[in-house]
Amino acid sequence: MSDEPVTLVDARTLRCPLPVIRLAAAARDRAPGDVLTVWSTDPAARHDVPAWARMRGHAVVESTVVEGTVVEGAEGQDADATDSGSTPDGGTTWAITVRLGG
Amino acid sequence: MTDTTTPPRRVYLDNGGRAALHPLARTALAQAIDDGWADPRRLYAEARRAAVLLDGAREAIAAGLGARTEEVHLAPSHVAALHAAVGAVALGRRRTGPGIVVSAVERAAVLHAAELAVATAGSPDALVKVPVDTLGRVDEAAMTEAVASPGTALAALQVANGEVGTVQPVAAVHAAARRAGVPLVVDAGAVVGHGEVPDAWDLLAADPADWGGPAGVGVLAVRNRVRWRRTWPEDAEPWFPGGVSVPAAFAAAVALQSVLADRAAQDTRRRAIVDKVRAVVGQIPDVEVVGDPDDRLPHVVTFSFLFVDGEALVTELDRAGFAVGSGSACTSSTLEPSHVLAAMGVLTHGNVRIALDRATTQDDVDRFLAVLPGAVARVRASLGVSGL
Repeated sequence: MSDEPVTLVDARTLRCPLPVIRLAAAARDRAPGDVLTVWSTDPAARHDVPAWARMRGHAVVESTVVEGTVVEGAEGQDADATDSGSTPDGGTTWAITVRLGG
Repeated sequence: MTDTTTPPRRVYLDNGGRAALHPLARTALAQAIDDGWADPRRLYAEARRAAVLLDGAREAIAAGLGARTEEVHLAPSHVAALHAAVGAVALGRRRTGPGIVVSAVERAAVLHAAELAVATAGSPDALVKVPVDTLGRVDEAAMTEAVASPGTALAALQVANGEVGTVQPVAAVHAAARRAGVPLVVDAGAVVGHGEVPDAWDLLAADPADWGGPAGVGVLAVRNRVRWRRTWPEDAEPWFPGGVSVPAAFAAAVALQSVLADRAAQDTRRRAIVDKVRAVVGQIPDVEVVGDPDDRLPHVVTFSFLFVDGEALVTELDRAGFAVGSGSACTSSTLEPSHVLAAMGVLTHGNVRIALDRATTQDDVDRFLAVLPGAVARVRASLGVSGL
């Protein structure tokens, strides 16, 4: 997959249904087979992005927690600072990747 | 001066878990406040009058549920009934093991009580949530297998899901639980007064506020064979310390008798309205009408609109005179979407649930259906999603 250009849609801090709307807007002018990843801190997005993909004939490729922006060698920091995927407001960031259908 | 502007009549379409008070319940409540205000446990005429009303209420509720009177315990709420049922059976059967098996779409009260029970037992991983299909029906094979696994203290399954209406395979799961000697807690909260309650339970919880009784009373029926142990202090009332409001219990029983008497006629009438709602709403662009289309509650219908903010839609409909429910995250303080819609894998945003009362007319619903497409379009326009 590393040879494919992946479009990243950053929808962090946006509440439902905005992450899905941002993703759909980014997908509008793309070709079938294109791959897009949306980043979201909204708990509904990891249910609603797959539902949107199903309704539009797209395929969910992957759904994962984004590892935190922890600098290497940060061992010994307290758990809060190294909590993977955490944003400043404490939410988890999910990365959901879809491949557009025909 | 004559008032020429009549405000449009409010239409209440959120009769799930908190239905409008049944007219006969209102009459019974007023009567029971006059006759049954005293503490039924005391030793004088006023108390005996209250005790007669309370005994009568328990007897009538038991008859309506297909239980024996001594099996029926009155709780302060449906949530309290479910909490007590799950917690007390888990503790009573702790020697068997800590395991609890539930469907993933049980009411939050069941899930939370089960989480607390396994955590208290020191085995937080002993809670098994059995998945559902896209219609919301639990995987029967997986659940019957899970209840038979060693170390299972209890299982819980609803008769039907109150959010999406889908009926669950309670009889089959109860048969499997019986073979394994595992008690089954059955949540009939969305069903009593509306649908068939199978005689397939060890503990049965029912919700008067759902069938037109007053809020402030719940029902838990417990078969005599069930082993349980209270997780609360001792009281003269073994299951629900302090007893319940006699007028509320009496009114709940009167409402139950009434709704059971016209259930068949209301089933046909409300099913026809729901079928029409499903057909008409299905024509609105980018909508998912969810739940089983046939094997379902007669009065509940749920749908989700793509690219719609659920809170904005509920507010828009409220402004137009219609009260509806929603399982969308945007309508909850926690930002967590409905665990039921999430478990089904259907759209959780833009969700609307309507639950029809006996007093809801075809005309009420037709007016709602006339207003709904415009309300959806306005919310979508405000989010700038046309053409997506």
